[in-house]
Amino acid sequence: MTRSRSGGLLSGFFFLLSALWVAPVIVVLYNSFKSNDAIKESLFSLPTGESFVGADNYIKGMTFGGYPFYDSVFYSLVITILSVALILLCTSMAAWYISRVDSFLCRMVYYLCIFSMVVPFQMVMFTLANTADRLSLNTPYTIPVIYLGFGAGLAVFLFSGFVKSIPLDIEEAATIDGCSPLQTFFLVVVPIMKSTFISVGILQIMWVWNDYLLPYLVLDKTVYKTIPIHIQYLQGSYGQVDYGATMALIILCLLPIVTIYFLCQKHIIKGVLSGAVKG
Amino acid sequence: MSKTKKYNSSAIRSGGQLKSIKRYGLLFLLPTAVAFFIGFVWPFLRGIYLSFFRFRTLRFTEYTGLSNYKTALGDQTFFRSLLFTTAFTVVSVLVINLAAFFIAFALTRGIRGSNGFRTIFFMPNLIGGIVLGYIWKIILDALIMEYLGSALALEANYGFWGLVILVSWQQIGYMMIIYIAGLQNIPGEYMEAAKIDGANSWQLLRHITIPSIMPSITICTFLSLTNGFKLFDQNLALTNGLPFRDTEMVALNIYKSFYESTTNMGVGQAKAVIFFLIVVVISLSQLYFTRRKEVQA
Repeated sequence: MTRSRSGGLLSGFFFLLSALWVAPVIVVLYNSFKSNDAIKESLFSLPTGESFVGADNYIKGMTFGGYPFYDSVFYSLVITILSVALILLCTSMAAWYISRVDSFLCRMVYYLCIFSMVVPFQMVMFTLANTADRLSLNTPYTIPVIYLGFGAGLAVFLFSGFVKSIPLDIEEAATIDGCSPLQTFFLVVVPIMKSTFISVGILQIMWVWNDYLLPYLVLDKTVYKTIPIHIQYLQGSYGQVDYGATMALIILCLLPIVTIYFLCQKHIIKGVLSGAVKG
Repeated sequence: MSKTKKYNSSAIRSGGQLKSIKRYGLLFLLPTAVAFFIGFVWPFLRGIYLSFFRFRTLRFTEYTGLSNYKTALGDQTFFRSLLFTTAFTVVSVLVINLAAFFIAFALTRGIRGSNGFRTIFFMPNLIGGIVLGYIWKIILDALIMEYLGSALALEANYGFWGLVILVSWQQIGYMMIIYIAGLQNIPGEYMEAAKIDGANSWQLLRHITIPSIMPSITICTFLSLTNGFKLFDQNLALTNGLPFRDTEMVALNIYKSFYESTTNMGVGQAKAVIFFLIVVVISLSQLYFTRRKEVQA
């Protein structure tokens, strides 16, 4: 009796806590439909007939700051898709090679990868931006090379952790059946590693999609603004702050993330967790 | 892990296969190795090298020995950002881990709707630092205005606690997931045995639960510690160091000595090297201490 009552209390407490948890997003959501004056006057009051402006903020947000928002979305998408595809392809191959061929060079690369995970970005920030400039890796179409380089550490680490658990017999059987290493890798190893691909992919998508400083330093900001750069620019240096439009953009930014999260929650939580083992 | 050791790479038996893999070495390893060199190894080495030079652009560099390090260590703003970062990290590690553990502990007791709660608590983790920072800036500014008649940018205290609230909101859900995984791995027999021996719930927690989830505690403290020390986006978006440079964390301080300095970028690079060394020492010692506890437990 007492047990179920305390359980009910705890449920109630968690219900309140999770309401508090989503509150910030909800507040931003309904404010994105309010006029600027109403936002300034009181942030927490719900939109009324007077303060409700419909989709005005969203329309304004599309071109706000003298830069079209859909361009930001486009560049963010291009960078994320290309980078993650490149990272998955190259690092899985490298990780397989490193784990199967145990040479001195391979070990060096492996330990360097682990080492790179500890190094704070500020350490390489300036020199990296400089190198990227010199090698013309400063456009959304070439910056994936930089992402591959800087993200290789974690990806190689996670992939080779998994490769070591694949029984060698399978690959040997493939070799005996006449597969070249390339065929063995793509036809035999990759299908086995499917779940690791999903995990690493999710981790890298979240990193690249949300990353601010690397593209900010490397890209030509007047031409290419990713979503985080765009939002920072609107708030930070753009003279007049338009709360309504900024909040509309924040909501547009959250919408795809939250939708994808609810659709494939299991994969995302598993993927993010697999990154935790790097400790 | 122990199961997988059997198939260690050194256990390659068929020499023929190894040879044929090796022939393809360039194809498999080269793209990653080249990118890794461009994106990490070279900038890293060059960063260390440049910390001994005075420069504004890379065309004109002048070797000045350790003078950048002297300037960096004598820089009041750098020193204060280190103090601020340390205080912030200590507080946020405690808050995040205690809250995450408590939530995980409660949610594994079979509360109704615990899956839904888990989903909600984890969600903020997916939002990027910049957007996260602005959401909280808007909310906190309005709250502070309403109840304290001030603004986030006017008092360092507000900025400090604002950052703590922000990273707690972001990371508690993530750490909660790790703790839940740890808690679910405790064999039920342990609890049974201890209960039969007459242990009360505090003793169960102290002597069974906490020792059994020591690996989760190691991972979570390590992650929240390094996250705290390296925090940048959230700091930039929420306070940008205001008021004055009172809420500036180390990463932001380094950033500013690079891109807002008009005289010598070498100081920023020297600060970055110092920062890197601090992060390495903290990571290693933290891992060492908690791993030792794990063995004892």
